Amino acid sequence: MHKKQSNTSSKFLGIILIFATYVILETDAFAMHISEGILPLGWAAFWYILMIPFLAYGIVEIRRRVKMELYLKPLLGLSASLVFVISLMPIPVPIAGTCSHPCGTAISAIILGPFLSVVVSFCALLIQALFLAHGGLSTLGSNTLSMGVAGSFFGYGAFVMLKRFRLSLPLCGFVAGIVADWATYSATAVQLALGIKGEEAFFPLFLKILVAFVPTQLPLGLLEGFITSGVITLLLRRRPDLMGMIYGLRSQEVEA
Amino acid sequence: MKPKRVFLALFIILVFALNVLGEEKSKWMGIDEAVVEKISAEHGREASEPLINTDQGDLLLFLFLLAGAVGGFAAGYYFRVLMEAKLEVNKQVLNQQRG
Repeated sequence: MHKKQSNTSSKFLGIILIFATYVILETDAFAMHISEGILPLGWAAFWYILMIPFLAYGIVEIRRRVKMELYLKPLLGLSASLVFVISLMPIPVPIAGTCSHPCGTAISAIILGPFLSVVVSFCALLIQALFLAHGGLSTLGSNTLSMGVAGSFFGYGAFVMLKRFRLSLPLCGFVAGIVADWATYSATAVQLALGIKGEEAFFPLFLKILVAFVPTQLPLGLLEGFITSGVITLLLRRRPDLMGMIYGLRSQEVEA
Repeated sequence: MKPKRVFLALFIILVFALNVLGEEKSKWMGIDEAVVEKISAEHGREASEPLINTDQGDLLLFLFLLAGAVGGFAAGYYFRVLMEAKLEVNKQVLNQQRG
């Protein structure tokens, strides 16, 4: 009884400490998202047009799969809330002296598939743009394309490719997390460079933006890898049948 | 020394170190300010106000906290739903095996 109370108070203390860190360190909104008004209208529209087919196909996929896969709804809810919270969470990087956030799209792409991950990212970014001064409505297309499309597809691609080499799933998840994060910020660098370059050459400006991202995103990419790997490990331990269903894995592979 | 105390001591040192470093750099700028908005401003593109400007006083802090709490609750809820689904499957398998 006494031990149980002590465990509860430790958990309570832990929650207070995490909350205190968040409040103490919080000063402003921190984001990779391109803010409202930064991209010229033409480019903002262009990224919307490029993103919409992915989003539309993702919605069709949800409607098709939800009828057949009973576990899809809770997985969708879990992934959506994880992407929303992770992509909102500012993490201080002491070596760079700046804050940024991971994206979480590798997790949703691995669990749901890349097209559904685009829909999840779009919803998360829409709420952030509307109520949290995070990104913007005019840049929603470009932000969804970088975080949702590039992050999900590159992360998913890395995961599937490494799985073919029979590496353990948590390791595949770790690499997928890194790839998804770095792909997102590379795509943001491309979009920003194209949008603001004017008469300037594209490549030097793109490199300048990319290099400016490196001190923050290099360690954060690794952190995203650990987060993705952690979630995959948790699902493998608690619901190995689910990961087996998703990837049609043999039982030995799941146990490995 | 108990692990909990070590953890608490490390936590206090970390928070202190982060605050000291933060003061030296004036603040922990987000990468949007440090990179995206800075480089855009150099090229004549300034960020405009969001459609619904919640970046006023402590309003944004409140909304961030609310969003984190709601998101965390939803993640926990759906995780529990998935775990309960597993229990149901196990019960069905046991019932099938029994007869």
